[in-house]
Amino acid sequence: MRDIAVVAFSQRQEAMINTESEVEFMVPLMNEAKDAVGLTQQEMGFTCSGSSDFLAGQAFSFVMTIDGTGPVPPISESHVEQDGAWALYEAWVKLQCGDIDTAFVYSYGKSSPGSLRDVLATQMDPYYVAPLWPDAFAIEAMAARQMLEQGVVSEQQLAEIASRSRAHAASNPHAVRTTPKSVDEILAEDYAMAPLRPSDLPASSDGGAVIVLAADDKARELCDRPAWIRGIDHRSDAHTLGVRDLTTSMSARIAAEKAGVGNDKIDIAELHAPFSTSEAVLTKALGLGEDTVINPSGGAQAAHTMMASGLIRIGEAAQRISRGDADRAVATAASGPCLQQNLVAVLEGE
Amino acid sequence: MADEVLTAPLVLEYPFTRTTGPVIGGFLTGLREGVIHGVRRSDGTVMCPPLEYDPITAAPLSELVAVGTVGTVTTWTWNGEPRAQQPFAQPFAWAMITLDGADTPMLHAVFVDSADDMATGMRVEVVWREEREGHITDIAGFIPAVASSTGEPAAMPSDVEQIQSVRTPIRMEYTYTPGRALSQYLRAMKDKRILGDKCPETGEVSVPPRGVSSVAGKPTLPELVDLPDTGYIESFNITRVPIKMRPDLTPPYVSAWIVLDGASVGFMGLGMNVEPEDVRVGMRVRAVWKPDDELEMSAQNILGWEPTGEPDEVITDYARVGRLEQGGGQ
Repeated sequence: MRDIAVVAFSQRQEAMINTESEVEFMVPLMNEAKDAVGLTQQEMGFTCSGSSDFLAGQAFSFVMTIDGTGPVPPISESHVEQDGAWALYEAWVKLQCGDIDTAFVYSYGKSSPGSLRDVLATQMDPYYVAPLWPDAFAIEAMAARQMLEQGVVSEQQLAEIASRSRAHAASNPHAVRTTPKSVDEILAEDYAMAPLRPSDLPASSDGGAVIVLAADDKARELCDRPAWIRGIDHRSDAHTLGVRDLTTSMSARIAAEKAGVGNDKIDIAELHAPFSTSEAVLTKALGLGEDTVINPSGGAQAAHTMMASGLIRIGEAAQRISRGDADRAVATAASGPCLQQNLVAVLEGE
Repeated sequence: MADEVLTAPLVLEYPFTRTTGPVIGGFLTGLREGVIHGVRRSDGTVMCPPLEYDPITAAPLSELVAVGTVGTVTTWTWNGEPRAQQPFAQPFAWAMITLDGADTPMLHAVFVDSADDMATGMRVEVVWREEREGHITDIAGFIPAVASSTGEPAAMPSDVEQIQSVRTPIRMEYTYTPGRALSQYLRAMKDKRILGDKCPETGEVSVPPRGVSSVAGKPTLPELVDLPDTGYIESFNITRVPIKMRPDLTPPYVSAWIVLDGASVGFMGLGMNVEPEDVRVGMRVRAVWKPDDELEMSAQNILGWEPTGEPDEVITDYARVGRLEQGGGQ
């Protein structure tokens, strides 16, 4: 296996970006990441992106966004209809093949033009579930009730998660829900989708992120302290809600084992947990303890950019390692209803 | 002061008709006849609604089993603000319901007056839609079960026509915003002006503008450039088959790739005021605009492109964009 590291990261998240098209707001981010390591597009061994045209209803937006990379002469590239973390995984595999030393990964989501809660209904079973148009919050709320009634988590604990997300987000310029709220204030909120309160739900945002990966000595040349990907794995639970135990995550637990999360102390965890309940599930599945700082950025609850939130978790974790704030971190990315799919990456400094 | 953000309604509709296969088709056939089926899994338990495979063992499944029409709520939430395409216009509960005789829960709606009437473990029974076609919405929803309801499966009639396919249309509504460069382009269109945008490195001009230069991988210059409404046909085709979605186009008609004078790339336009047989590559054309009082912020202001009668353009170079790799532009 080659040693592969995150060597550059850029991001933008706002509650709504309505004065720029996707490619218009991605190009500055792409160039910020390229400039950070002094590479041009033609010097990137591979380019992989993640997005979904259903979010903005903009057909072929992902093709237009490739134009933003400057793909002249033509570049080696690929696209996944997934969070950018899966694009990063594809790039990591490509780097492992050994014929390239750098890869350029980006993803973005602009869900403000549509109704994200309805758009996400279309990812459900097309025969039995999608025709009823259950929205994404309702599905998570049903999982939340099972967790509460089975004693997996308490409303107090959910409020603590939501309160901490706000507190951490206050110092993150890319978060959109940054006003502090105490646990008591959150417990006093009326239910939004019972038993979930407004603070338990993700703060939806538009935006995107870019990561540059590099292998071995190339990474050391491009970055003072690369964030080495020491383990990465992704797993998927069944699509059918009725056969899943929604109070836990088998896919996250197995991916964490394969990625080696438990092999050593974890300083920080950036978890792709859109809901307070998702964080409770992931913390348990990854076996994280009191000595790990969870979501120092505020996490996906404080700014949830569909298709980019997972990649941003990896970037946030890598940035803290490169700055020297942490030596060992874990980042997760999720996809599908109730954390159906999970990707887990362990990052370390040298 | 910044211009107001331009918006336009955008609706996406997909009229999907999905084939069902024997298991899902068997379930939907049952719904039409007022019977709910699950499928026997590898471990002997019954999954409802049925799939043609076991999600855990991947074993193929085929044995349909009639289950009850009364079941137990395993979890639920209150939907206080129903959305347009959901099963009921009044507030209702979403619930996971395990029907008697089944071992897995299914998602559906429960009709009660308020969240106070809901509880995990409560017994509910099916409300059938009167007109049934073989669709998950043949079940209108569920209501709290009355004590006398046994929920015994009804007998499945034999020799009924099997459901082979199901309609699952999707409709999604958006509010489209065009972004920086296209907004300027659309505003100028209202004044019968055509704007393009310029690559900061090569000076190449794109119309319609896209905000970025694919050659440089950089934002185009903030100032857009005015282009004339004249150019030439770089390529074309003649369509002789009608298109269902465009009844306004009567075959035969010409779709042409128009390169405006001063532009580096072309775009698609309709040939107008010309016999299809007379159209040729290099033909000079000008825009045919809508009447001034009908102009909007829309590219549809240009109805098509008609010949100017000037001598043909001699085309020597089709690859105007991308000269960077050959050492720069002109």
